Amino acid sequence: MNNLLNLISLWALPVILITILTCGIVKKVPIYEEFTIGAKDGFKVAVKIIPYLVAIIVGISMFRASGAIDLIANILSPILLKFNIPSDTLPLMLVRSLSGSGALGIFSDIANTAGPEAYSTKLAAIMLGSSETTFYVLAVYFGAVGITKIRYALIIGLLADLIGIVAAVSVCNLLFA
Amino acid sequence: MNYIFYFLVVSSIIIGAFTGKLNDVVNSIMSGAELSVKVAFSLIGIMAFWLGIMRIAEKSGVLKFISKLLEPITKWLFDELPPKSPAIGDVAMNFTANALGLANAATPFGIRAMEEFQTSNTKKDTASNSMCMFLAMNTAGFQLIPTTVLAILAGIGYKNPTEIIAPTLIVTSIAFFSAIIMAKIFQYLSNSQCVRIESQCERKSNIRISGDEEVGNE
Repeated sequence: MNNLLNLISLWALPVILITILTCGIVKKVPIYEEFTIGAKDGFKVAVKIIPYLVAIIVGISMFRASGAIDLIANILSPILLKFNIPSDTLPLMLVRSLSGSGALGIFSDIANTAGPEAYSTKLAAIMLGSSETTFYVLAVYFGAVGITKIRYALIIGLLADLIGIVAAVSVCNLLFA
Repeated sequence: MNYIFYFLVVSSIIIGAFTGKLNDVVNSIMSGAELSVKVAFSLIGIMAFWLGIMRIAEKSGVLKFISKLLEPITKWLFDELPPKSPAIGDVAMNFTANALGLANAATPFGIRAMEEFQTSNTKKDTASNSMCMFLAMNTAGFQLIPTTVLAILAGIGYKNPTEIIAPTLIVTSIAFFSAIIMAKIFQYLSNSQCVRIESQCERKSNIRISGDEEVGNE
């Protein structure tokens, strides 16, 4: 089962590439010319999202540097203990939606200090693997088309992250506790 | 977005002043700005590659085929899209790449989808329902195989890292489907809230547009 999953993961892009290019050749599409026309936009898009990324990433860097995360963690940790959640996973829950590299760093930290077979490591792994960096996704996708009024998109993203955390804790409790 | 930006900056400075980390906060402006440009520039190459490939997929009809295949689902998810919109193919590719843990490939597909959504968006600075639905799907981050996590676990000597695949799949599905349901609920709520105002606006703009044409098409 796991080998099969890894195999799919490895072959997905190669198969997509072969399919698209072959369809192009069969349909007599000038694939080299069309490729370069499409690829031209790569630079444009990347430059276009810079202002949005700067606003979000600078804001979040400042927030993390201020020690606000530790402050919130201190306030919340007694509540978490009641639900049988190890307090070393709390920073990960708080940073997950804000910063991808930050969350990865915290996860490595938990895994290295708690050890490979620890409950914290398993919970952290499931939380990290099942969610996305909400703020980054919003900045990139809305930035690419110049949307500034995002309506309820952020609320949904954060609520989904919260639901993910609750689900991760419950599943982990059932399987590994 | 205005309040979020204000909150992030101002609360960081105030908290930083209290915790004595104000120096770090100020320094993080510099490093954060640098990081954002790095992130954007690191996207250029891979973005160009997949945008090029997707252009071929579009011209050869592969995208149209995928769109047709997924029409029953996407009609419900993105109900304001015109039928057979090429956005659906991009959404499908974005979802597939995300599910397989190929985040670098997913971003260009997602941006193409957003551009398609923008063409049928009436207010160009405001997110449409389809965009919010699409972003809900993306921020929830459905993943079939958590590639990075597995690599780290294997690296620290976790005996059987693949045992977390199944629980991760359960959690990620719960988050993903609840995000979709929430997006639909919010869409419904916001529609019923501004139905009066918007219908007035639409009527006005319809009159303006159809002023020279035949009236009463609708």
